[in-house]
Amino acid sequence: MRTTGSRTLAFSLGAVLVLLLVLPLVSLALAASPADVRVGLESPLFLPALALSVRTTLLSLGIIVLTGTPLAWWLATSESRTARVVELIVDLPIVIPPAVIGVALLQTFGRQGLLGGPLDRLGLGIPFTERAVLLAQIVVSAPFFVQAAANAFRKVDPDVVIVARTLGASPARAFLRVAIPIARPGLVVGASLAWARALGEFGATLLFAGNLPGRTQTMPLAILSALESDVRVAIVFSLVLAALGTVLLIGLRLAPSVWASFAGRPDSRLRPATPRG
Amino acid sequence: MYVELRGTSGPVAVVGPNGSGKTTLLRLIAGALPARSGEIVVAGDTLYASDSSIDWPIERRRVGYVPQGFGLFPHLTVVDNVCFGLDGHGGAETRAARRARAGRILAALGCQDLTHRRPGHLSGGEKQRVALARALVIEPRMLLLDEPLAALDVSARRSVRAVLAARLRELDCPSIVVTHDVRDVDALAAHVCVLEQGRVTQQGSLQELRAAPATEFVAEFVQA
Repeated sequence: MRTTGSRTLAFSLGAVLVLLLVLPLVSLALAASPADVRVGLESPLFLPALALSVRTTLLSLGIIVLTGTPLAWWLATSESRTARVVELIVDLPIVIPPAVIGVALLQTFGRQGLLGGPLDRLGLGIPFTERAVLLAQIVVSAPFFVQAAANAFRKVDPDVVIVARTLGASPARAFLRVAIPIARPGLVVGASLAWARALGEFGATLLFAGNLPGRTQTMPLAILSALESDVRVAIVFSLVLAALGTVLLIGLRLAPSVWASFAGRPDSRLRPATPRG
Repeated sequence: MYVELRGTSGPVAVVGPNGSGKTTLLRLIAGALPARSGEIVVAGDTLYASDSSIDWPIERRRVGYVPQGFGLFPHLTVVDNVCFGLDGHGGAETRAARRARAGRILAALGCQDLTHRRPGHLSGGEKQRVALARALVIEPRMLLLDEPLAALDVSARRSVRAVLAARLRELDCPSIVVTHDVRDVDALAAHVCVLEQGRVTQQGSLQELRAAPATEFVAEFVQA
């Protein structure tokens, strides 16, 4: 009897949380009528903001993957104290509020900032430009990729890399042809998380890049602007972002099984191997 | 650490307690670990010599290494695993020729039916033969096997041991087999080298070790 009682309690507590997570999304979905959707999609804010969001998040993701993959490999394989310190630094943006990151970026790249003056003289001013949007996204979302990638690399058997090297592979070839393919599922998960985080980025972008329609106004910032004039438009924008996130999450959940069937393709016509010793 | 392995005919077995430096020895020879001082000479070629600052990088040593878990590339098929060591060198050989070479060595080891499988679908014994084929296809100047039978279940061990013994006898390059099982030594190697705390405490044939064990470990090992 006691176990049933505690099980019911645990179930109820969990159900409260699930309800809290689901209810806002359901309300959002119910709030928009087909007519509202049309108004939202025809808003002059919509297409420029969506285009800017897609363009900058894809570019920032590319930069993160290109620079973060070798970094993650080093973090995963080095036992040095420096690596542990760097790992801590890379994780910092996860625990620092985005608004703080925005202020810090301004202090670095603003006119009075550490690098801002020299960049300005070169005509490469960053604040309140698309470059600022990109930088803010990179800073807040890179840790998600690097962390996931380092964890994926840690699971690569070091012996496999050693064998690749004894077979004549340079460090770069062993990394590209052995370590990366083995860690690929983890890298994809990390890249997806980073992309989702960049797509939702709000605070740092608002402070560092501003909310200039057509120039620095990403989808989350367009929601803010729309709320001030027409709440229906804000709801539709929110739905679009929620849908993108949901599609990404479902894709991530399906990815492992899709991967398995892809990886096992040459075997699919064969029956399971019978151990023959 | 000074280790001279004199295995004039057939493979040399390296035995020793856990932590005695057996795997370290293999990795030093392969070049996977940086040596601090000394010399590594394999079949007349000096791969490492601290005095004359010779230190061949791992990818140029051409030492076949089969680690304990076999270290097969899980994302590649058996034939691609074997071709890995050939593809890197490019050379004049075409891709088809390289695959044919891989196919021949796989056939010689009885793995011709496994070509398009992935390591996840192989038994322990099959994995071992594929790993051996992959190490041998580059025509290594030396072959290193780390506990080649430890990853197999007991029932498979005996038959795999017999197959491995035959293969090692046919090799025309020196080989080292690390093991902790006296039956492996008996079947695989003519010469035994005992390593304890990074030092060679005894060398000789298994009979010689049995007749006059130099240390407590050797006495226990030969009786096991």
